[in-house]
Amino acid sequence: MLRNNLRKWFLLLGAASIMALPTTSLAQLTKYDLETRMGIEAHVGNMTGHAKDAKGDYRRYCVGCHGELGDGNGENFPWVDPKPRNFQLGVFKCRSTPTGTLPTDEDLFDSIARGFDRSNMPQWSTFTKQQRADLVAWVKHFSPRWTNEKPGEPITIPPEPEVTAERIKAGRDVFARVQCWKCHGVLGQADGPSASTLTDDLGRPIAAFNFTEGARPKCGDTDRDIYRIFMTGLDGTPMPSFADNIKPDEAWDLVFYLRTLMSQNSKAKAMAKTLGLKPVDPNAPAGQQ
Amino acid sequence: MSRRFNFAAVLSAVVLICCGALILGQKVSAAGEGKITGTVKLDGAVPHMKGIDMAKDPYCSKAHATDPAHLETYVVGADGGMENVVVYISEGLGSAAAESATEPVFDQKNCMYTPHVLALEVNQKFKVTTSDQTTHNIHPLPNPMTGNIPWNQSQPPGATPVEKSWKAPEMIPVQCNIHPWMHGWFVVVKGPHGTTDAKGSYTINNVPPGNYTVTAWQEAAGTQTAKVTVAAGAAATANFTFKAK
Repeated sequence: MLRNNLRKWFLLLGAASIMALPTTSLAQLTKYDLETRMGIEAHVGNMTGHAKDAKGDYRRYCVGCHGELGDGNGENFPWVDPKPRNFQLGVFKCRSTPTGTLPTDEDLFDSIARGFDRSNMPQWSTFTKQQRADLVAWVKHFSPRWTNEKPGEPITIPPEPEVTAERIKAGRDVFARVQCWKCHGVLGQADGPSASTLTDDLGRPIAAFNFTEGARPKCGDTDRDIYRIFMTGLDGTPMPSFADNIKPDEAWDLVFYLRTLMSQNSKAKAMAKTLGLKPVDPNAPAGQQ
Repeated sequence: MSRRFNFAAVLSAVVLICCGALILGQKVSAAGEGKITGTVKLDGAVPHMKGIDMAKDPYCSKAHATDPAHLETYVVGADGGMENVVVYISEGLGSAAAESATEPVFDQKNCMYTPHVLALEVNQKFKVTTSDQTTHNIHPLPNPMTGNIPWNQSQPPGATPVEKSWKAPEMIPVQCNIHPWMHGWFVVVKGPHGTTDAKGSYTINNVPPGNYTVTAWQEAAGTQTAKVTVAAGAAATANFTFKAK
């Protein structure tokens, strides 16, 4: 009897180890994997965040949505839209770094404080900076990417030029040339021809940004933030990086034009009104807006 | 009691043989390379491929005005030959195999991907180009846990080609979010491989002599394997037949 049991055990062990071989890298992370990465640090300014120090805060404030293993599968998952981020994948929307690269610690640090407008992620401005830095390290410990890769090199954003009528018009040409309207619509109302079929990387429906509702863009609402959004792309979503196809100077033009679409008051918006600027015509031949 | 020791002996023997096979596998010489050829066929009725409505983008629908586009999940010729099947060496290849120096092109043309399936070696560079006068975005969706990282780049008319490579073997779907029907594959494998043409024929060149398991992968039909022996300078044959689902 004992012998039989032992044999079964060996067979099971053999089978299990054979099956485990090719799948280890793809397997779900376990608490053990996470324990081994608990030493990970985050560096923001001259502060050092330690993953182990964020354990309590994460359990108290974050686990409900992001889940114990950081897979975004917390108990609130079914009722939250957009869905909580899966930290295990190491793919983030708001980065200062090129598409396909890890964000910097500072990017994650800013995201926690900023929160995500029109989502269930609030602004965690009640945390001290040290708590946030610790949480950044904690977020990083969920993904093996931080062990294997370095964050990307942040993109260079030239100083913001003065907004002029010429720049706004040039921005409108960029908007037409790279066809932002395909998703965002000619008026920025998120009603372009491709808007209705957009899905995120996990196949879930996702909406394009509507410029006209007074909403803040998810990755920040300063001019530099808007510049960064379309030059790095929002990884994990349909929003691509335009870094290869929009020159830095043109990018500022586009920022000014996008300002004219937004409902918030701005110098660019007032100038566009005086100019009587019309929306782009999707049917106009290339370069003849 | 003795049976337990027997079992331990058998287990260690198996481990030894496996290790031996691994070490021998590395010693395959690069001299006198052969090749593997064959055809991949579909047995049974060809699944119906839906037509694609490109009305969303007038440029795309105009490009297909006389030649309507269809989904390319199955592309099957008159005699049952399956196109876009990647055949690669899944077992038996040593580390000695030469890396491919070519840089294949994945083009966005008439709002479809050409080719629909691009087979690549790990770390092999490839280029993404666009021939279209409409904006695309090229958005591969690998599983980040493999080591391949997803990225997403815009491709307006006249866009600069994107040059990339992949770090790990994986079948990576690629899509355009602007044109949701655009769907293709980067098939990343280790070592020499071949992709079937319109007749279902493929050739894997530069195969060192040896015993191999080759795998044929088709995006919807799945995979099949065959064993082949390649002699120095000779061509071995491996044919595959998928059952229509």
